Amino acid sequence: MSKTGIIFDIKKYAIHDGPGIRTTVFFKGCSMECQWCHNPESKNMDVEHFTVKDRVKKSTKNKTIGYEISVNEVMKIIEKDRVFYDESNGGVTFSGGEPLVQIEFLLELLKSCQKSDIHTVVDTSGEASWKDFEKIINYVDLFLYDLKIIDEELHKKYTGVSNKRVHSNLKKLIDGENNIELRIPLIPGITDTDSNISNITQFISALSIIPEVTLLTYNPLNRDKLDRFCLENPLGKLKVQPKQKLLEIKQQFVDQGINVSLGE
Amino acid sequence: MNKRIKKLRQQSLDAVPTISLERAELLTDFYKSGAADGASVPVARAMAFQYILENKAICINDGELIVGERGPTPKATPTYPEICTHTKEDFEILNNREKVSFKVDDESFKIQTETIQPYWSGRSIRDKIFEAVGNDWKDCYEAGVFTEFMEQRAPGHTVMDNKIFRKGFIDFKKNIHNSIAKLDLLNDPNACNKKEELKAIEISANALINFAKRYSEEARKLAEKETNTERKSELLEIARICKKVPKYAPDTFHEALQYYWFVHLGVITELNTWDSFNPGRLDQHLYPFYQQGLVDESLTETKARELLQAFWIKFNNQPAPPKVGVTAQESNTYTDFCLINTGGLTENGDDAVNELSFIILDVIEEMRLLQPSSMVQISKKTPDEFLLRALKIVKTGFGQPSIFNTDAIVQELTRQGKSIIDARNGGSSGCVEAGAFGKESYILTGYFNIPKVLEITLNNGYNPRTKKIIGIKTGDPTKFKSFDGLLTAFEKQLNHFIDIKISGNRIIERLWATILPSPFMSLLIDDCVAKGVDYNAGGARYNSSYIQGVGMGSITDSLSAIKNIVFDKKTLSMSKILEAINCNFEGFEELHETLINDIPKYGNDDDRADDIVRKVFEMYFDAIDGKPNTKGGEYRINLLPTTSHIYFGSVIGALPDGRKAGAPLSEGISPVQGADRNGPTAVLKSAAKIDHLRTGGTLLNQKFTPQVLESEASLKKLGHLVRSYFKMEGHHIQFNVVAANTLRKAQNNPEKYCDLIVRVAGYSDYFVDLGTDLQNEIIERSEQKI
Repeated sequence: MSKTGIIFDIKKYAIHDGPGIRTTVFFKGCSMECQWCHNPESKNMDVEHFTVKDRVKKSTKNKTIGYEISVNEVMKIIEKDRVFYDESNGGVTFSGGEPLVQIEFLLELLKSCQKSDIHTVVDTSGEASWKDFEKIINYVDLFLYDLKIIDEELHKKYTGVSNKRVHSNLKKLIDGENNIELRIPLIPGITDTDSNISNITQFISALSIIPEVTLLTYNPLNRDKLDRFCLENPLGKLKVQPKQKLLEIKQQFVDQGINVSLGE
Repeated sequence: MNKRIKKLRQQSLDAVPTISLERAELLTDFYKSGAADGASVPVARAMAFQYILENKAICINDGELIVGERGPTPKATPTYPEICTHTKEDFEILNNREKVSFKVDDESFKIQTETIQPYWSGRSIRDKIFEAVGNDWKDCYEAGVFTEFMEQRAPGHTVMDNKIFRKGFIDFKKNIHNSIAKLDLLNDPNACNKKEELKAIEISANALINFAKRYSEEARKLAEKETNTERKSELLEIARICKKVPKYAPDTFHEALQYYWFVHLGVITELNTWDSFNPGRLDQHLYPFYQQGLVDESLTETKARELLQAFWIKFNNQPAPPKVGVTAQESNTYTDFCLINTGGLTENGDDAVNELSFIILDVIEEMRLLQPSSMVQISKKTPDEFLLRALKIVKTGFGQPSIFNTDAIVQELTRQGKSIIDARNGGSSGCVEAGAFGKESYILTGYFNIPKVLEITLNNGYNPRTKKIIGIKTGDPTKFKSFDGLLTAFEKQLNHFIDIKISGNRIIERLWATILPSPFMSLLIDDCVAKGVDYNAGGARYNSSYIQGVGMGSITDSLSAIKNIVFDKKTLSMSKILEAINCNFEGFEELHETLINDIPKYGNDDDRADDIVRKVFEMYFDAIDGKPNTKGGEYRINLLPTTSHIYFGSVIGALPDGRKAGAPLSEGISPVQGADRNGPTAVLKSAAKIDHLRTGGTLLNQKFTPQVLESEASLKKLGHLVRSYFKMEGHHIQFNVVAANTLRKAQNNPEKYCDLIVRVAGYSDYFVDLGTDLQNEIIERSEQKI
């Protein structure tokens, strides 16, 4: 029996989680508590029961979120779409939640993928011990690494944790010449403020190698999902940035010589 | 598009389809006159064709560059009383039905009932077909086990190759004379028949040359009266061209297009052939003229675009001939399935994409017309740029072009025994049908309702709808000891019904061969002239007959449900399932929920279901493939529905997959609507488990919301998705890119969405013209939200 872990979804034809056509495995359990999180069901590592609205029938039902699954079972599902990875230079993305929270499960999956010659991406918040990162770096082809708020106090306020480890891990990964794509979620009034954007561009410019940056535009979907899960929305209704504002933010990165794109 | 094209396009969009009795009256006059008395059947047919073309109205619309209409005006649609003699009631239905109507004026009602109907009633091939087929055939037809394509439309299902772009009719006539000269009256007992056929072919060739001449004369007359000097010179150019083609080979881009158009009109005037007719590999045929025109400066890219746009409008002016009865239900659309091919391979096996291929895609995008349909052929050698250009049009959401796998088509055709050169020169026509263009008659003979066979198996040969025993006794379904026992019974029933269909087909094939030969079509398709045999009698180099399987998803999920519940888990008995079906699941809500949600279903890359689709495919293939038709060719299978999955659904009660009585079946090889829950890669993996290379075409529909394809990067990934499917030897895929919300709005406010074109099944149609069932079905077709 291979190692097991708790996940809450496996999504095929994932086209926004790294290069090519991918399968994304969503780990359950997170080390942060971001107020804008659009996967509220991913925070807790345990299998949970939620009350979910059924909009067609206009009623609610109980839904179990998360299930235990073995490395072999996950690999079987991943392997099914190999023809698509081969054609598109895609592969598998481990996301969450925070995949490093279940480090041993993640490590076994990454090893299996390497053995099967499947490209791997780890989508991380960076909030984990460096020891855990060291375990996996030889098996990861690309990190999608989140950078949210540079000011430590504000980071604590909105994500529940300090950003010290996030920054130090990132520097170490970059110094070790790991492939990294930085992802910056543009949350209206929180991460997209002038001061934070300016801090971020400065922080990136100071890195030894400047990685590619993707700006993730705010997705109002999370509001809908919170509502569906009958959860409270701590942020209320945020206003989506106008396209012009996004382009202005993008320009600030370009001005610093950073290779930047607007993601979906 | 320039002012001229805008105006012509608008004229075409605004034209209301009407019934024109011009052709019917001319035909009737001709036969009544006695002019053909004593002539052989093919010669009489050719003379009738000639008479129609000599006397029908000539129509040159203001500003037109490509000229010629089938009726007296755009969308004035002829009838073919020798094939199907409409009754007064038929005309009333055509005139009054909400969708796909044809306006009939009082005069036409009168002519039809007083002149046309009395003469053709009993003489039409439709009447003769229903007289000749057996009662077993009729019972199955009435039960909706299969449909019959040739009961009111002619076998066509063929496509032009490059011969008309290289030779004139005068050259074809030389071939006819050579064939006549070679006839061996001493040793060939059929020599006399062949001579009559060849004479008929020559008459029909001359008929079209003279028809073009009438256009030439009319253009000259209009030029004389024209005061605008620019238009005057255009009309003189049209007059020159119509005098030249089709008699002589074309030398310019304009001549080539006009030549094809006359040929097209010839084919659709001679008979109401299925899938009208089609220039096929248009970018290949026209490229030499395009290059030459640019070199000698007789053509510019702009002019080429304008001519192509003018050509496009001509197709849109010719709605599919009016259909009634079951034929209207299986193919309820104005589209006449003229599917223009671009891309693919050259006959040497090189990538065939050229500059003109891209220009044609621009034209498709800009014209946004219902007709002609369009497709791109993608081989592994096709540059990504071309696929992406096509996907960019797909993204705009009007269902065109559809995307085909050239490498699969070539293998399908060579497996059937075609030469690799003929295969590479071929492509797909109609909805998705693979054919050797210019050399093959590949007749679709009717849709076959595969899930209906299960319903009859579960009733031990009895059809609960018509309350008749139409199948064979394969045993009490509650007594089956294993899933294999059920499958064996199902296969026996399947073979029983296929045999009835094929026996009927053989009768119908002979009726067409003997009563309604098509000498003009025989001029165009190799090797009719060389053999001296009519297209409808087996003159083509390759003669294939198809029976199109419908409902692969529904049958698979239904069998999967029975296997899972009755034989694997043994949670319920067969009789309980039968009881639930008979009650249309009323009082069995829990079971219904289980059937919908907890059964392995086709379309999820789940071998528990997909192994069943493979088994059903093998049974269907074995029942049909390789059986001889009466034309020296074989029966083949393909898997496509047009709109028959709606009709077939309406004649079946509830099915074990949870589908309620009367609801549509799954279409093509797409999963049951809503049954695929693991995204598009899983659908493609499941679909690829069907052996496409042993079919002559499969149809897979995927629906995406526009958001999925917004960015360039997402579009590229869609390209990878297509390439992956084709690597797995998928035949065809098409995308509907419309938000379900938009469709719902269109359903509620049709007047605001008259221009909304959606992909139906192998063709696109105006959404507002679709019946409510089909509209709902398109909305429900599992929308892939990424």
